[in-house]
Amino acid sequence: MIRFVVRRLAQSLLLLVLVSMIGFALVHLAPGGPLAQFALTPGMSQAALNQIAHQMGLDQPLPLQYVGWAGHLIRGDWGHSYRDQQPVLSIIASHLGATLELMLSSTVLSVLVGTWVGVLGAIRRYSWADYTATIGAMIGLSIPTFWFGLVVIYLFAVRLAWLPAGNIGSPGAPASLLDSVRHLILPCLVLTLVTVANWSRYMRASMLEVINQDFMRTARAKGLAARTVLIHHALRNALLPMITVAGLQVPTLLGGALVTETVFTWPGMGRLFLDSIGYRDYPMVMGLLLFSAILVLLGNLLADLLYVVADPRISLR
Amino acid sequence: MSAASTAAPKGTPLRAETLAPRPQRRALRRFMRHRLALFGLASLVFLVIACAVGPLLVPYGALTIDLRHRFQPPFAGPHLLGSDQLGRDLLVRLLLAGRISLTVGFAAMGISTAVGLVVGMLAGFYGGVVGAALMRFVDAVLCFPSIFLLLTLAALVSPDVLTITLIVALTAWMEVARVVEGQVRSLRQRDFAVAVEAIGASDSYLMLNELLPNIAAPVVVAATLNVARAILLESYVSYLGYGIQPPTPSWGNMLNNAQEYLTSAPWLALLPGAVITLAVTGFNFAGDGLRDALDPRLESNR
Repeated sequence: MIRFVVRRLAQSLLLLVLVSMIGFALVHLAPGGPLAQFALTPGMSQAALNQIAHQMGLDQPLPLQYVGWAGHLIRGDWGHSYRDQQPVLSIIASHLGATLELMLSSTVLSVLVGTWVGVLGAIRRYSWADYTATIGAMIGLSIPTFWFGLVVIYLFAVRLAWLPAGNIGSPGAPASLLDSVRHLILPCLVLTLVTVANWSRYMRASMLEVINQDFMRTARAKGLAARTVLIHHALRNALLPMITVAGLQVPTLLGGALVTETVFTWPGMGRLFLDSIGYRDYPMVMGLLLFSAILVLLGNLLADLLYVVADPRISLR
Repeated sequence: MSAASTAAPKGTPLRAETLAPRPQRRALRRFMRHRLALFGLASLVFLVIACAVGPLLVPYGALTIDLRHRFQPPFAGPHLLGSDQLGRDLLVRLLLAGRISLTVGFAAMGISTAVGLVVGMLAGFYGGVVGAALMRFVDAVLCFPSIFLLLTLAALVSPDVLTITLIVALTAWMEVARVVEGQVRSLRQRDFAVAVEAIGASDSYLMLNELLPNIAAPVVVAATLNVARAILLESYVSYLGYGIQPPTPSWGNMLNNAQEYLTSAPWLALLPGAVITLAVTGFNFAGDGLRDALDPRLESNR
């Protein structure tokens, strides 16, 4: 067990180094490179630029520069935003809450709905309900998220006027739970579309695998009620591999959140990322890019570790 | 658990066909899968022909301004599918945008499949340090959510059709590489590959003439699904304003400022998205059908 955890951590660490190298390469590919913010200052001479480059260590060989850059990252110094000179990490932290609220609520919704749809599809395989779910999932995966957002806004905010078309709360109004929930419903629904399709498909496949195993026949032969067999034997086992699926959903969820936040002017990380790109605020863009990759890495690592804890059959080499 | 209890039909035992499908069910299944793939293929053929020929049949250009018929709703005047804020014909713009979006989709698929093939083939064939290094690089790139990576790259280049195609391809080659690497690694151990190697064939002969034909099926499937993905990614980045730039229409950038007219001219937002969905669904269904047709081993799991 400990050996597995150590090995898995080492793998993640290696991946993290590779991810940071790609990030570093992109920083240097950016127009003007790390010097861009000084190059635009009026009255800046080439000599002064060279001096800054020297002070920033930009005249050193690239491997050395990378080590220095990575050292700053580890110590939590991710640079400063061009826009307001605030540290990158603290700006990310202030936008993280809104994104997590969106991602968590939609994950809960998509797990509940997706599990139900997947189980139904598996126990009534090749029925019309199963086909409807399969086709629905396929179309769900094909709809552009932002367009689904527009459709939902058109229906529920413009035509029916039931719910607000954007923002995290009513401007000027005192914050209340009801107001927050009303603003959350539509973006949450849109982000759920992205993940629920995947979740139901994997859930169905996982359930089918379990249903055809010997212990299921044994449980039924013992005379247990169908519901007991379904919930205590089938579902419990079918949900295990879904831990991995949940871990693998993080990039989809983050990408979906970016688009959803843009459509609904939701003040989260994704919207911050897009604004930063608009301002060509490279330190912010790179910070967010790296941060999202780290979240993905953490998601995968956590899922793997949880899976081992949850499933005693996993052999730990 | 509450989700499952509603799913369990109360009192009814688990149906027998969950174990072995009845013949009628199997027939229904074959019919449906067949039909969906056909539907996918038909909608793609329809879209490609419409985009190729359609603009010649409509008496407007993509940029023809018709101020007397601004914001004309669909089916209510000279413009069949309506017009936008400048009175430009929506139908002809959709078709011309389709040319761009489909081209980007196919071209990005070609590039990403080629890159994925080369990386996966080399990694799977040579294995060892080279293979491990290549595949860890694939893992690392996969850590970046594709939209984040795409937007970052888009901010680094000047956006036109060529650069957008390239960066879309750059964010979509990893799955192909993974598929190819796994296949090649296992095929290399098979008798026929060992035999060809034993009679002194060169590495490149073995890779191109023996292994490549054997991995064609999963690569074709991955490539088909990659077109769907590329069209979606292009529409995302263009919608967000960093992809194909107006006045050149693409399905994504037609939606770019549609949100502000959502109340007054909803068709401007609804129609382009419906066309994107049709195209992407078409490729996804076709790819799924191809997977069934080309790989009989998968049948049992579905």
